Amino acid sequence: MSRVIYMDNNATTSVAPEVLDAMLPFLKEQYGNPSSMHTFGGVVGKAVDRARQQVADLLGARVPEEIIFTSCGTESDSTAILAALEAQPEKRHFVTTRVEHPAVLALGQHLEKKGYRVTFLGVDAKGNLNMDELKAALTRDTALVSVMYANNETGVIYPIKEIGNMCRERGILFHTDAVQAVGKIPLDLKNMPIDYLSLSGHKLHAPKGIGALYVRRGAPFRTFLRGGHQERGRRAGTEAVPNIVALGAACALAAKHIDQENTVVKGLRDKLENALLAAVPESIINGDRTHRLPNTTNISFKYVEGEAILLLLDQFGVCASSGSACTSGSLEPSHVLRAMGVPFTFAHGSLRLSLSRYNTEAEVDGVIKTLPGIIERLREISPYRNLADNVAEGEAHH
Amino acid sequence: MWDYTDKVREYFLNPKNVGALEGANAIGEVGSLACGDALKLFLKIENDRIVDASFQTFGCASAIASSSILTELIKGKTLDEALAVSNKDIAAALGGLPKEKMHCSVMGQEALEAAIRNYRGEPAMPHSHEGRVVCRCFGITDQQIIKAVKENNLTSVEEITNFTKAGGGCADCLEDIGEILRATLAGETGAPQKPLIPDMRPKTVPPQNAPLSNVQRMQRVMSVLDEIIRPRLNQDGGDIELIDIDGKKVLVALRGMCTSCPSSRLTIEGFVQQTLRDQVDPDLTVQEVTS
Ligand SMILES: Cc1ncc(COP(=O)(O)O)c(C=O)c1O
Ligand code: FES
Repeated sequence: MSRVIYMDNNATTSVAPEVLDAMLPFLKEQYGNPSSMHTFGGVVGKAVDRARQQVADLLGARVPEEIIFTSCGTESDSTAILAALEAQPEKRHFVTTRVEHPAVLALGQHLEKKGYRVTFLGVDAKGNLNMDELKAALTRDTALVSVMYANNETGVIYPIKEIGNMCRERGILFHTDAVQAVGKIPLDLKNMPIDYLSLSGHKLHAPKGIGALYVRRGAPFRTFLRGGHQERGRRAGTEAVPNIVALGAACALAAKHIDQENTVVKGLRDKLENALLAAVPESIINGDRTHRLPNTTNISFKYVEGEAILLLLDQFGVCASSGSACTSGSLEPSHVLRAMGVPFTFAHGSLRLSLSRYNTEAEVDGVIKTLPGIIERLREISPYRNLADNVAEGEAHH
Repeated sequence: MWDYTDKVREYFLNPKNVGALEGANAIGEVGSLACGDALKLFLKIENDRIVDASFQTFGCASAIASSSILTELIKGKTLDEALAVSNKDIAAALGGLPKEKMHCSVMGQEALEAAIRNYRGEPAMPHSHEGRVVCRCFGITDQQIIKAVKENNLTSVEEITNFTKAGGGCADCLEDIGEILRATLAGETGAPQKPLIPDMRPKTVPPQNAPLSNVQRMQRVMSVLDEIIRPRLNQDGGDIELIDIDGKKVLVALRGMCTSCPSSRLTIEGFVQQTLRDQVDPDLTVQEVTS
């Protein structure tokens, strides 16, 4: 493949060169086991400690012991949710939302089958939760609330502090899936009412196969993977040292670049989004533009289908995602867009472009140049083309 | 990423016979915006022979490629020859389709059948009258399922979903599909009879909780009519016109096939009103204006 314009960073990211440099020695010379009694392993143990500190610093955790390394975001989500439920066996109610990643959604559905009462909160047309509905859902029987920090498809950011406070006032535990938020927006967990928080390395320029779970000091915890005493007995399995070191390095880098994410990257995203809205008639942004990750835009083009857009973009080396039925792996459009009530005419034609600090203005300009032509071409093929014209005419008569 | 053949890519990137056809005397429409793919097939027929064909498609790459190659396959054929073109022929002409995409070839075959019926003055979609809707999400009838099973030697529910989409939404109908599959494979004639009023409601998003303003309600009614209700009625050769919205009362008129359809009251109450209630406001009532 020739030159690639990678705008699918909510799916996964490139490993930062500095991160690769940091992890390589642990794949080569420094292969010791951090639990060993010899100096050769002990050195490696120090590297793990340092990485834990780097993750804690990015999150603003009180102490590094609040960080547990896992294999991925999904494992962090499962661990936190099951831990909170198992710690309070008398409570049988779990509250989450309809727009969660499958890592939480599918677990919620499973818990429902196992006899839990599970509330899946809806969202409005902009993807925002109704806080009164959330409040009304909380009962004495509620063990845990899990609401994502930011949505992977639309980038919409949820009022985590408000939700956390609502839970805390009622003695309910609170988990947030922050896989998309970490590294993109500043976090300060020591001042946040959050009991558990999940993150995943491959979304912030660390490799795939490493995640972390923040467990607030004092929050109840139950082990998910039983076995050895690694991670202070909270997650068994020999530490994936190279990946852990990589995650630490990625977090340190993210802390350094967090301003850039919210100025430069955001500027590129805004330029891209505004230019596309202006160039393509009948296009809309999915999700609340005011509470959103700085790198994400989810834009829908009426009367065209997302997979077709992606394949034509692929011809130009542009990588993106869509929430259309053909790309969602099912036969229906994305559960997030459906929960928002996005009309089918738009839902099937959604395109998610997610940037990173490695994107350039030239790349953004390239997409602005190619995408409108692609949409026009597909609309020429579409039988609903005329429908659009008729609607416009009909309105003129009124 | 789908594993498409070079032929699919070629017919997607450079589709042949795109657009409305001047002088077309037969049109076949299948699918809908709600389902995520739709095909409008134009034929020009002279002396019972297809002399020209073109298409318009809303859908993914394989839907566009299937439509385009279909137009090439049928040009020059007599109507009876064209009717012998099966969805398998369409897929084969493309060098095969990923199994999850076989429904695109089925859509092509159905549009062809609908166009020829249109030319012969027959109702557009025979099966939705003759059959019972099994899958509400995609409006698939038992007859469509049985046809797909027989023509493609399907042996599992998963394959049926790949070919017809039935079962690919909420999955409520999977058991029912399994029963139809079992009966068809066992060679039992006729589908298992469940005398139900066909429930044509598509899968719906629950209404929003916030009260709607009048303008919002009106906009939503109009978009639900355009996006869900009209395409579905069009499939049966009918149409609907919005006459007025008076508070929570929606006045409509049925057009086309629907006017002569004895079950138009069912259409209004069972389908139009229910869909609008599901999608917009549970307090809406729909009334038919006859003029
Ligand atoms: C919001 C969210 N949660 C969880 C996950 C799962 O993370 P992982 O792939 O590391 O298991 C993702 C990744 O797509 C995500 O976007
Ligand atoms: S009714 Fe068939 S998938 Fe929903």
